[in-house]
Amino acid sequence: MVVPVSYYVILSAIVFTIGMVGVLIRRNIIIILLSVELMLNATNINFVAFSDYFHNVAGQVFVFFALTVAAAEVAVGLAIIIALFRSKASINVDDFQLMKW
Amino acid sequence: MAQLFFFYLAGIIVLTSLLVVALRNPVYSALSLLIMFFHVAGLYVTLHAEFVAAVQIIVYAGAILVLYLFVVMLLNVKREDRYHAQFPLGALLGATVLTEAVLLMLQRGGAPVPPAAAPPAPAAGPALSTVEGNTEAIGEVLYSTYVFPFEVASLILLVAMIGAIVLAKRDLFEQKG
Repeated sequence: MVVPVSYYVILSAIVFTIGMVGVLIRRNIIIILLSVELMLNATNINFVAFSDYFHNVAGQVFVFFALTVAAAEVAVGLAIIIALFRSKASINVDDFQLMKW
Repeated sequence: MAQLFFFYLAGIIVLTSLLVVALRNPVYSALSLLIMFFHVAGLYVTLHAEFVAAVQIIVYAGAILVLYLFVVMLLNVKREDRYHAQFPLGALLGATVLTEAVLLMLQRGGAPVPPAAAPPAPAAGPALSTVEGNTEAIGEVLYSTYVFPFEVASLILLVAMIGAIVLAKRDLFEQKG
């Protein structure tokens, strides 16, 4: 019994949507970054599933690159959060309205 | 058997993803994300991607999540009492996107294409058949076809490292004056 590739795509869509809703409904910036990680993982599941389906390792190489970018994003994002916390003593997104229209 | 395993992993992944978004305490969110990373790694193993599974555990669970927990504990944030005011909008948008994706999937490939019966011909490109083992295959492709993106990835990491130090260091520019 082989699992069809559509199951993986649907799982990936569900996880991506959860991450997207998390970005929209949370106030804590750290949780928002965690939700971005959820979305990146959803794309990685898709990459690996299609890599297996097409018998082509290029998908796994791209997971490797996505992981690199995720690591860089986390480092810079958390540094920005620390700088924000230092200036406003808060990590609530509603407190940062300097660039709000 | 494979399907049973997939449904176990998928169920845990969806459940822990929901917990990441729903839990009020950031530490609990990060820990459920850790469980989710481990199960995604298990999913990669079932997809014959052992190298990616190992890297997922080492980089995500070992490095990225520790960094998150470190910042959560450094900032000592309190649990938030309620969700953002745009909660109904976010939930509506999420439901819409999910419905669209699943409907599209069911319409297009819903009758599950038997992958064993129709594996597409190996496309032109880095289709590996001569090398044994997942890590060797990835290494061959990574250092031949994708060697330029690989170097760019190292540049991205360097820039991120410098940027993180510059942003997080408190008095980097005040010392000059």
